[in-house]
Amino acid sequence: MGNLLENMQGIPLNHYLIFCSIIFVIGVIGVLIRRNVIIIMMSIELMLNSVNLLLAAFSAYLGDPSGQVFVFFIMALAAAEVAVGLAIIIMVYRNTKSVDIESLNKLRW
Amino acid sequence: MTIFYFVAFLSIFFALMTIFTKNPVHSVLYLVITFFTFTVHYILLNAQFLAVVNFIVYMGAIMVLFLFVLMLLNLNKDTEPMKSHLVKFMGVIAGMCLLVTFLGAFRVLETNNEFVQGHADIGLVKNLGKVLFKDFLLPFELSSILLLTAMVGAVLLAKKETRTNQNG
Repeated sequence: MGNLLENMQGIPLNHYLIFCSIIFVIGVIGVLIRRNVIIIMMSIELMLNSVNLLLAAFSAYLGDPSGQVFVFFIMALAAAEVAVGLAIIIMVYRNTKSVDIESLNKLRW
Repeated sequence: MTIFYFVAFLSIFFALMTIFTKNPVHSVLYLVITFFTFTVHYILLNAQFLAVVNFIVYMGAIMVLFLFVLMLLNLNKDTEPMKSHLVKFMGVIAGMCLLVTFLGAFRVLETNNEFVQGHADIGLVKNLGKVLFKDFLLPFELSSILLLTAMVGAVLLAKKETRTNQNG
């Protein structure tokens, strides 16, 4: 563990910020360019994870364990979100025989 | 120190592979690798409890759920609906604009060259449990209600409706 701690000494907080924003932006691009609903949900998971990592980095930076407790709550929320979302996807697939997001345009103006 | 940059590069690479692969099953597998690199990040940050939870919940439960739904709906083929190249190009441009906005906002921050120092004992189950059950007791109980509601909702949504069959 001491070896890992020494490994951590040299990383500025800015690099964590940049890395997590890159992962978040990849998630946003995934939502924008894919049409499969399941892959859109996976991109949302990617965004949630980048925010989790940033919270953990700030928690280690400030020496405050509250950030890691927040990450724990976000993980519980993500599990609930995935369960409900996949149930909705299964129901949509049963009705339209497709997971294409373009088949869900009944509510569009 | 160099471990972080190597793992960060792996994370970005596999995240890109996740959203650009055509086959949905390969996409899920790349996402599993991405989450594994996130677990390595948590270990590097001395957040051992989060590393274990991330490993079990994300790589175990959530990814199995995704893979199960993909296999159940029989989507493991390459004939996946793709958007046109113009929409893809515009999506990438919009994402890059968002990234530039983020980076421009971070330049104003005062945290320029301060180092992240992982405290050795902050991420252990003992300390996190004390904080969780002392300061965050009410949100903890509320999250249990949230999980119960989500479970009931998922079962209700995914259940086959027999009432419409009787009427029609």
